[in-house]
Amino acid sequence: MLLALPVLTVFVTALQPTGAVWRHLAATVLADYVWNSVLLMLGVGAGTLLIGVPAAWLTSVHEFPGRRWLEWALLLPMAIPAYIIAYTYTGLLDFAGPVQATLREWFHWTRQDYWFPEIRSLPGAVVMLALVLYPYVYLLARAAFLDQSLAVLEVSRTLGAGPWRRFGAVALPMARPALIAGVSLVQMEALADYGTVQYFGIGTFTTGIFRVWYGMNDSTAAAQLAVLLLLFVFALLAFEQLSRRRARFHHAGNRQYRPARLAFAGHWGWLATGVCLIPLLFGFLIPAAQLTVWAWRTAPRVVDGRFLALLANSLWLALGAALLALALALLLGYGQRLRPRPLVRLAVRSAGLGYAAPGTVVAIGVMLPFAAIDRGLDGWAREWLGLSTGLLLSGTLTALLFAYCARFLPVALHGVEAGLTRIRPSMDDAARSLGSTPRGVLWRVHVPMLRGSLLTALLLVFVDVLKELPATLILRPFNFNTLAVRAYELASDERLMDSAPFALAIVLAGIGPVILLSRAIGRTRPGYDAVP
Amino acid sequence: MSTRPTSRFLPPVCCLLLSLIAAPALADGEVNIYSARKEDLIKPLLDDFSKQTGIAVNLVTGKEEALLQRLQSEGANTPADILLTADAGRLAAAQKAGVLQAVKSDTLAAHIPASYRDPEGYWYGLSVRARPVIYARDRVKLGDLSTYEALADPKWKGKVCVRSSDSVYNQSLVAGMIAHHGEAKTEAWAKGLVANFARPPTGGDRDQIKAVAAGECDVTLANTYYLGSMVDSRDEAEKQAAAKVAVFWPDAKTTGVHVNVSGAGITAHARNRDNAVKLLEFLAGDSAQRWYAETNSEYPVNPAIPPSATLKSWGEFKADTLNVAKLGELNATAVQVMDRAGWK
Repeated sequence: MLLALPVLTVFVTALQPTGAVWRHLAATVLADYVWNSVLLMLGVGAGTLLIGVPAAWLTSVHEFPGRRWLEWALLLPMAIPAYIIAYTYTGLLDFAGPVQATLREWFHWTRQDYWFPEIRSLPGAVVMLALVLYPYVYLLARAAFLDQSLAVLEVSRTLGAGPWRRFGAVALPMARPALIAGVSLVQMEALADYGTVQYFGIGTFTTGIFRVWYGMNDSTAAAQLAVLLLLFVFALLAFEQLSRRRARFHHAGNRQYRPARLAFAGHWGWLATGVCLIPLLFGFLIPAAQLTVWAWRTAPRVVDGRFLALLANSLWLALGAALLALALALLLGYGQRLRPRPLVRLAVRSAGLGYAAPGTVVAIGVMLPFAAIDRGLDGWAREWLGLSTGLLLSGTLTALLFAYCARFLPVALHGVEAGLTRIRPSMDDAARSLGSTPRGVLWRVHVPMLRGSLLTALLLVFVDVLKELPATLILRPFNFNTLAVRAYELASDERLMDSAPFALAIVLAGIGPVILLSRAIGRTRPGYDAVP
Repeated sequence: MSTRPTSRFLPPVCCLLLSLIAAPALADGEVNIYSARKEDLIKPLLDDFSKQTGIAVNLVTGKEEALLQRLQSEGANTPADILLTADAGRLAAAQKAGVLQAVKSDTLAAHIPASYRDPEGYWYGLSVRARPVIYARDRVKLGDLSTYEALADPKWKGKVCVRSSDSVYNQSLVAGMIAHHGEAKTEAWAKGLVANFARPPTGGDRDQIKAVAAGECDVTLANTYYLGSMVDSRDEAEKQAAAKVAVFWPDAKTTGVHVNVSGAGITAHARNRDNAVKLLEFLAGDSAQRWYAETNSEYPVNPAIPPSATLKSWGEFKADTLNVAKLGELNATAVQVMDRAGWK
């Protein structure tokens, strides 16, 4: 419940009355905000499913050329912050960019002579976000496919189901909790995105919130817009719950037997390679290559002695926040499993709201109550001890870590929950009947079984924090910077090339853990060790 | 559980207190800044200041509104001595929120013209940012350009690129027009301008300049320092783009070119007030003022400082003499006007 503090703060702020601004919004731009946000959410959701699920299926069940390295390489796009990929593609594809300029030169076209998709548009934003967000779906889907009892697939095979039916009628429905978890994460992330839509000039809830807040200096109306956005998320989460309620998704049967991967014949194998290569190419290789070219040119000038400090700050913060969020998620997820009462469920859900709120809104929601606590403590200390405690929480790393947890806990929670639902309650009962305490069940039964899901959750939070910007920007202490802050400062000053070395460093810092964890996830598959 | 609550809470509280007694002891000889200017655009000056005076400078950068919110919520406990912003409107808002204090300094008054500072000394402008018309050299005749208003003329249909109305630069430009011409006339102008857009507003100032250079449109509005950084760019393509456009100073015969300032104010609860004043005086001084012009192609507030070579190449201009604080007051109205005009 404590972690819902930021969101509650926003709600409280929103309770004050405002009139004129809302009338103005409703008369002019509100419909646009709603419409664009919905389209963005649906588009990105569909896009990530379209990319993520086939890739996850192919890499977890089939064998084809390059499968081993594609398995982890497909995760790489998630290391690229969305606004960076947007800037990169705009640099390449807009009217003044090299692609269109070359076309004009070759064919002697002028502006009126040809049509070229406008990158800075709603579809453009959908593509950009889908390209960097699909790994969430891919990761969770893959973890689910790997966890699935392959025996079930074997049975369906012996019953005569072809590869399409095995995928469509058996594996996909079984993986549904993970897929929905993945897509709802992606949609929340898309709703919270500010950098991309702002750069592309698309009016959504997030740009609206900042427009009302900064431009019209009306924080109450901004908070009300934020609440409206959160209602969307409520609806999204409710839908997710609803779709889960209808069925249980525990595994039945023996998980120890693991048949060999199904190999594709001839050119079908290469086709699978191609399918997996496309998202990798557009989501990672092209933008990363562009960043590298830029970084190569500017690094000697912009990279100095502070670089290592930036890197260290980023890594420590990300690791700390990831571990913290995972521990909390495990606690909440397991608590919910032990006592599935409405109140517990509500607490877990409300802790999950922060993810879809724009980072800045969460950050302000952390800042206000923390500063109030500080003022209270300070007043108490002055009165009783005769000294001023000043600021204990605000402007410290504690506040920052808290904000990360408030914002990214849902990521960890989704992973943990999706994993927990796949463990049959009879496991718990068996362990308890053998004399194990609830805590013992968690440590000795669930955690080992959930290793894949837990690592996935850890990785997601880690990379998210590595990229996180708005909360870091607002809450960090004096003289403390991260790679993301540095990359953003340069990019927002429209010095994209100068920001490239830092953006690239974020990407590289994210790659190491991605590879390590991907291997660990692969290894959690039952029967893995038996097969060389 | 509640038999001896004190024993449970005492150790952590003591730890916290001990760790704090040590911290304020370092507070001498430093000054703390919340800055909305990006680190690269202020840190070199702060380093110079530290070198000259021995006063350590601590810096947090961020967005204006967020920093203001942080100042407000921290109240009397705030560690910040100075709030530095890239826009006068935000300084006026900070003053209104009561987080700044008035400072009298003869040096500051002598260096900074009255229209670039608060009459009571709550904040001071430190560099001037002008927003002229940028046009394509090969396609636009100089005689066709006159004022901002004239850009709404139907003859520019499909030839104007502008960035989004989310940009505070456009908001404050429109606020300036409202101050001069009133809300109704400005809205009519904004509608005319929107009708002339070559494409929906996207990208930053630099992107607008590049679009003009590439032929997507003929004229745009952009802050000069973006053009300046393109002129001085190490990227050949940017340099070439910059060479294809030129600066036109509009409203020369009327109200003058729209200008805004980046500036600073001292916080109401500043603990290092004297150091903060010293820093402001340093930033208004000769070497810092020259740095603004040479490093970032901003115009010095101090009229005695000669502009840099790049700035000189764009010629002289008449700046709007409207007090920049007015821009902040009218900002919300400006946003609503742009919303109604359909300026995305």
